[in-house]
Amino acid sequence: MARASKKNTEAYLRMYRQMVRIRTFEDNANQLYLSGKMPGLTHMYSGEEGVAVGICEALETTDRITSTHRGHGHCIAKGAEFKQMFCELLGKEEGYCRGKGGSMHIADQDNGNLGANAIVGGSAGIATGAALSAKRLGTKAVTVCFFGDGALGQGLLYEVMNMAALWKLPVIYACENNLYGEYTHVSEMAAGELTARAKAFGIEAFEVDGQNVLAVNTLTQDLVARARKGEGPFFVLLNTYRYNGHHVGDIDRAYYRSKEEEQEWKENRDPITILGDFLTKEKIASGKELDTIRDEIKSDVETAVNYAIEASYPPTSEVDQHVYAA
Amino acid sequence: MREITLAQAVNEAIAEEMRRDQNVLLLGEDVAEAGTPFKVLSGLVDEFGTDRIIDTPISEPGFTGLAVGAAMTGSRPIVDLMFGDFLTLVMDQIVNQAAKTHYMSGGKLNVPMVLRTNMGATRRSAAQHSQSLHAWLCHIPGLKIAMPSSAYEAKGLMKTAIRDNNPVVIFEDKLMYQEKAPVPEEEFLIPFGEANIKRAGRDISFVATSSMVQVAEGAAEILAGEGIEAEIIDPRTLVPLDEDTIIASVRKTSRAIVIDEGHQSFGVTAEIAARISEKAFYDLDAPVQRMGAMDVPIPFSPALEDLTVPTPDGVAERARAAVKGTL
Repeated sequence: MARASKKNTEAYLRMYRQMVRIRTFEDNANQLYLSGKMPGLTHMYSGEEGVAVGICEALETTDRITSTHRGHGHCIAKGAEFKQMFCELLGKEEGYCRGKGGSMHIADQDNGNLGANAIVGGSAGIATGAALSAKRLGTKAVTVCFFGDGALGQGLLYEVMNMAALWKLPVIYACENNLYGEYTHVSEMAAGELTARAKAFGIEAFEVDGQNVLAVNTLTQDLVARARKGEGPFFVLLNTYRYNGHHVGDIDRAYYRSKEEEQEWKENRDPITILGDFLTKEKIASGKELDTIRDEIKSDVETAVNYAIEASYPPTSEVDQHVYAA
Repeated sequence: MREITLAQAVNEAIAEEMRRDQNVLLLGEDVAEAGTPFKVLSGLVDEFGTDRIIDTPISEPGFTGLAVGAAMTGSRPIVDLMFGDFLTLVMDQIVNQAAKTHYMSGGKLNVPMVLRTNMGATRRSAAQHSQSLHAWLCHIPGLKIAMPSSAYEAKGLMKTAIRDNNPVVIFEDKLMYQEKAPVPEEEFLIPFGEANIKRAGRDISFVATSSMVQVAEGAAEILAGEGIEAEIIDPRTLVPLDEDTIIASVRKTSRAIVIDEGHQSFGVTAEIAARISEKAFYDLDAPVQRMGAMDVPIPFSPALEDLTVPTPDGVAERARAAVKGTL
């Protein structure tokens, strides 16, 4: 863990808040599904908060990310608000996409989130293209492409990493290795070494414990600074774990993932607990202060959920709007 | 008026738009020094440099996906897809990403990109380099589809495509690159959704796309010698489609043949024929006919390949039957 200093404490507390915001959002989203209030399915990010927060806290608003089908964590970490997010998940008009994208396509371009993607690896091209724009426009913006261990099976990823390396694009490929691609373990889906894939293109590859948000953040800050100077692209393998099933309906899952394994990660490798312990040990915050933070966020989220439940759907006339841009 | 080839027309259109807007760039295989295997883009890299005319690896999904992302973030990319048959490779990026981004984002994200590719058989390029797959993309809401039938349309439609804020796919007939047509020197654009009445006639309407316009003209000449006057409508864009011009024509002539180089079944001709049947039913004196490429993979042998596409004689024969009432 990094050494605490006055400058850092604000940043650490912000990271703590952001991770708690994600965890609380996801708990409530899961509840919406279980209580029959959510249309369709969604994919929980709980357990992986250190990855999204550690990375996004190293980015400016003008930097960009592309996200995955498991995108709520990225969306919140990049600055999204609860109200518009719950509205989007429920298909309401005030959602980030006017209810027309849903959980798997949620985008928040004011905060640089070019969108979640329902196609595994589907946003790898988009992220790399955003980096191409940034380079040719001279904006110094960095793009982070989030994808999972499952996406390591998609050819598109290798095509765009090759081009990013050839053209030295300011993009960071962030592989969230939560050990499972849907219902299959990564060892059955990805041969060889995971980081070697990027190294094959001459891309510097790093591996980090995704549950240690400070380690993720420190590494990302360094890579972002280097990418802005034109030293990119980079590849980061973040080892993490999703507490829930592949999607919210994947409840009976012992056949592919043991309860013991799940317990182990929850009890001993929880990113929020790990940071919380560090903050109290370094006397940056008391246990009571952390409790207060969690309670505040719980209340914020509940307000947002209730708002979204009462909010209106888009008018039916909107069904055939926005097919084409003006 | 000066005459230039379709290749020159495309080259001019892209060069003019790249001068006009610094955000326009082009990427694809062998587009820079080589100017593409068809030599359509020769010279562009000399004027605009390798930052804007970008040679890519052979990674169609990759560079198409890159174009989608670049378009979402301030660039206006043109993707050069060497053969229309390679659409198979880029379908996710075009259909699931480019076409849907504006809608899925509730109107907040745009994808102003152009995918420039080709179609057309009879080049002896065999089954995987001869397909006309534009119908696939016409079927996807969120895309616009342009089909230039001569150098004039190629220039005007390309300029409009580059300025359009939506993903536009332009299909050029790969056998037409050296064909000349009158093209004004002064700037002009052809709006989308406006068909061209290529030839006026009173007895039958030919609705034809791309090089089938020339096939229709050949048929019209044959029929004129027999006292049958064919009207030729070139839709120019399939999405958006200028239905009004087509319907008005068929109401006038009472007969129609739709000619397109996609396969006969489940294609563009079926869509246009259905619309004619729906909207001009009571004005028809004969069933609406469709003529497309035969429902076979395009064969290599010249003896076989030429049998698979509509010809002026074939079109004339069907037209005669329609006029005589012997269909």
